[in-house]
Amino acid sequence: MFLSIEAVYIFLGIITLLGSLYTFRDQKNPRRVTSGLFYFLYGISLLLGSVIPPFVMGLLVIVMVIIVGAGGLKVGSYGEASGEERQQNRKRLGNWLFLPALLIPVITILGTTGMKDVKIGELFILDQKNITLVSLALATLISLIVGVVMTKSRPMTPIKESRRLLEAIGWAAVLPQMLATLGTIFTSAGVGKVVSDLVSTIIPTHSLFWVVFAYCVGMALFTMIMGNAFAAFPVMTAGIAVPLLIGQFGVDANHLAAIGMFAGYCGTLMTPMAANFNIVPAALLDLKDKNHVIRVQVPTALILLCFNIALLYFISL
Amino acid sequence: MVLIGVAIVIIGFIVRLNPLLVVTVAGLVTGLVAQQSLFDIIEQFGKAFTTNRYMAIFIATLPVIGLLERYGLREQAESVVAKIKAATAGRIINVYFFIREVAAVFGLTSIGGHAQMVRPLVAPMAEGAAEAKYGKDLPDDVRQNIRAHSAAADNIGVFFGEDVFIAIGAILLMKGFFDQNNIPSDPLQMAMWAIPTAIAALIVHSIRLNMLDRSLDRRFGNKQNKSAGKGE
Repeated sequence: MFLSIEAVYIFLGIITLLGSLYTFRDQKNPRRVTSGLFYFLYGISLLLGSVIPPFVMGLLVIVMVIIVGAGGLKVGSYGEASGEERQQNRKRLGNWLFLPALLIPVITILGTTGMKDVKIGELFILDQKNITLVSLALATLISLIVGVVMTKSRPMTPIKESRRLLEAIGWAAVLPQMLATLGTIFTSAGVGKVVSDLVSTIIPTHSLFWVVFAYCVGMALFTMIMGNAFAAFPVMTAGIAVPLLIGQFGVDANHLAAIGMFAGYCGTLMTPMAANFNIVPAALLDLKDKNHVIRVQVPTALILLCFNIALLYFISL
Repeated sequence: MVLIGVAIVIIGFIVRLNPLLVVTVAGLVTGLVAQQSLFDIIEQFGKAFTTNRYMAIFIATLPVIGLLERYGLREQAESVVAKIKAATAGRIINVYFFIREVAAVFGLTSIGGHAQMVRPLVAPMAEGAAEAKYGKDLPDDVRQNIRAHSAAADNIGVFFGEDVFIAIGAILLMKGFFDQNNIPSDPLQMAMWAIPTAIAALIVHSIRLNMLDRSLDRRFGNKQNKSAGKGE
């Protein structure tokens, strides 16, 4: 294919690496060397992830964590445009500023729907397995070019600006990947089985309601631990739903899957372990309390969890 | 014993140690308790970190979003909304929430996102609407709350919309699981039974966003209506 997911990672790696070069030289950053090293290593991991042996990559990741743990990651100065500058530029460009921003979703959708199965000769144009990611990356690249032309800015300005945003996110940028890693280790160590065994010993198995309750709440809780409903689904469904709901009460597999997964999503809304949904946005929006997004989501999540329990119970009666 | 990792994570988050450190230690300890060798554990770290690089995709959006912000994108978003009289923070977020969920129902999950939509557009628009209504000197806690609501709407919209779409990862995962266990299942049925919860999410969260507006009204008084009242 012409554009593979690896090409996207190279794009991400280059952005991060170039940004880190500015960090190394950022005199306003009290820990510029270690901070720069953090982003440099992160860039390397994105750029060369498929080449570096897993063990070396593991060590690299641990060095990054040690930098963060030892307080070596600090913010610097980014030569931000002053409020006045921004106002002047804004007057010049006005609503045209929305154009590149809106190009991102538009091109992504065109890519995912329009470029599916499109080939030149024998080759797919976009990586079919990762078509959304590749389309999104392509969309950002096109809108970046439009943005640079429109604003007549220097080519390095976007790199400097992306460094400003990435460093505002800081260690939270790496957290989703680390949590996914933890999920893998939990799985290989058999945490899932222990949890589902535990849940199935507590619940009264003769009552449909309590089994439904245990399955839904279990999905939510286990998702909160793993940070990912996809990790919870096979474990909880194999542990509770298949033997009890399907085997004993004859519940329709389609019903319990659809509703059980949603119960898991309720858990996703309530856990810092789902960092890419809950913690990264808090960092992106400069929220003081990193759990603020979760706090806002909890009431909706709890109401919907109750709804899911009731729904699955009543349609299974 | 393997639950010790879970305990480390929970305690770590409660005492607010750095989450990155907590997660790494939990991973190491869990692996060691399960009698994996240190080499194996570190190798797993590396392998999983590499396969999950797709989670870093938001970085792709940063250069263009950062550039546009430098040229006043967020201020422009605020000022456009300020001209619309009917705009309130809750309504702006509600419109976005509705579009996000309905788009996800049709499989268009890439229409939103925190880095490309919420930070540069939705949050400033919602804040701008609140400023226009209650004055420029909004207290910081109100701004923070509006921003958090903007992010939450993005999550809730996409989560409860996407499973209605048959070709989404979740449905394929569930189908795969049942196939492995020799249990008959049908993706179309799964997608259909996602509809009631999708509708419930739409209703519940819209009401909550409506309540956000009302709580802002209560706190600051309904200034717009007051000034309109004077003119009559």
